[in-house]
Amino acid sequence: MTQRIASYPGTALSEEDIERGRVLSIHDRLRADYAWDAGLAIGRYLDGLKAGQILGVRCERCDRTVVPPRAFCEQCFAPMDAFVPLAGVGTVNTFSLCYVTWDVKRIAEPLIPSVIDLDGTSPPAGIMHLLGGVATDRVRIGMRVRAVWKPARAREGAITDIRYFKPLRRG
Amino acid sequence: MNTSVGIVGIGWTGFRPVTPEASYKELVYEAAVRAYADAGVDPRRDVDSFVTVSEDFHEGTSIFDEYVPDQLGGAQRPVHTITGDGLHGLAAAVMQILTGRFRIVVVEGHSKASNILTLPHITAYALDPILNRPLHANPLAVAGLEACRYMHESGATREQCAAVVVKNRRNALRNPAAAYGADLRAEDVLVSEAVASPITRLEISDHADGAIVMVLADDETARRLSPHPVWMRGIGWANDSPSLESRCWARAAYAEQAAAMAYRMAGIGNPAEEIQFAEVDDTFAYKELQHLEALGLCAQGRAGPLTVEGATAPDGCLPVNVSGGSLGIGHLLDASGLARVLEVVLQLRGQAGSRQLGDVYTGLAQSWRGVPTTSGAVAVLSSRLSGRES
Repeated sequence: MTQRIASYPGTALSEEDIERGRVLSIHDRLRADYAWDAGLAIGRYLDGLKAGQILGVRCERCDRTVVPPRAFCEQCFAPMDAFVPLAGVGTVNTFSLCYVTWDVKRIAEPLIPSVIDLDGTSPPAGIMHLLGGVATDRVRIGMRVRAVWKPARAREGAITDIRYFKPLRRG
Repeated sequence: MNTSVGIVGIGWTGFRPVTPEASYKELVYEAAVRAYADAGVDPRRDVDSFVTVSEDFHEGTSIFDEYVPDQLGGAQRPVHTITGDGLHGLAAAVMQILTGRFRIVVVEGHSKASNILTLPHITAYALDPILNRPLHANPLAVAGLEACRYMHESGATREQCAAVVVKNRRNALRNPAAAYGADLRAEDVLVSEAVASPITRLEISDHADGAIVMVLADDETARRLSPHPVWMRGIGWANDSPSLESRCWARAAYAEQAAAMAYRMAGIGNPAEEIQFAEVDDTFAYKELQHLEALGLCAQGRAGPLTVEGATAPDGCLPVNVSGGSLGIGHLLDASGLARVLEVVLQLRGQAGSRQLGDVYTGLAQSWRGVPTTSGAVAVLSSRLSGRES
């Protein structure tokens, strides 16, 4: 202390105070719960997945079939309600070997997100999913793949009712 | 350069407490198709730009503006989103057209309030995280604080606030789009549960789902497209301080400023004389009274007595919220301001059905972004340009 001040007021900060977040920041938690109405087009798509079927929808004006289905054509703005079943077979449009998880953990075996252009869509339209049952060094653009489904009793009307897409042919 | 902007197309879906049969995209698509049919335009060919309003936390999707083009016909076109009320979106559309670079601009707003399971928590997250949130007061208390001070200074009474609820929910009975039409007595309002004194449950607007789309055009295009363009004669917006500690609690200063800006643009010197009817924010019953005074449509402290006397009823000298307002239609989150504009357009076109007002040509729409904001906007609309011709 100095000649004039015997002791300073207040409480000293400790390293523990900072480590435990007792100072310098405020912690809070947001409760944000939603229940999105899937709607006509996506509702029917999810129903189809539960039944083990991938549904697309056709725009006759634009002469194209798209997946996932939507209630309207974003190109010509006409309604789209002609649902067509697709074979669940397609071609890898693009892919990535991802070595970090959703919650940012390093993984040795990568996830392989991919956009797969499904047969029967025109021009080729894809769904975003995962590739599986394939060695990472064998994945190629243009590879032919098919959907691998969960068992019927485990399906719940969700995009995850398809486990992943795997190569049509071995090797 | 063109100096006039007209609304040439309107479309809406709803408004209902829940809409489990349709996604928000499908709601918006339906409203958009109606608006484009009304305006006689093809969005893929004729529309130069799209403006939407949304709030990420209301949608449950970050960067929600990325999800708006398809259902409006705006894919691969100029699109942008304003985090504000629908009237802020309308202001942006007006400005775009006034640049002379856009002839036809579309504005969209929607609500899927029924999909937000924890809406009070979302609203609470609008409070200051360090100073206010740790107190754990429901944000409705912010409205209670304001109502308390407003009533203290203006002399407005609980009975006068109750009269707003009775009027607006009764008006909604004549609006097929309204979700909450009801024939109530003032007593019902006064004895409903206290929520945040002096506000009771029936003085708070319930939420509704729906979508609203409007097509705006420059002077020349508007005259070509529409037999009854509704002109945007003035538009203004303003904020007070966000601080709960130092804002003005008695008066709606943001509405005063926004109105001054809109009146200046519209050349309106005496709003009480020149505005024939108004759709104003009534998220809470006292808000209608406070806003009427802020807009200069009546003297300070007069909105309550005028309401009880019937002056703001559909057959009164200043009809207010003939549509039912948010209390009668349902609060539409970010689309609420567009619902106010929608009614003004319908009335000015003579398309308001059994609630049509006689001989009106100038109306006002006003919005507020809800608790805890001090964010408001005002539009003056007319079926005549500068009172010269129709």
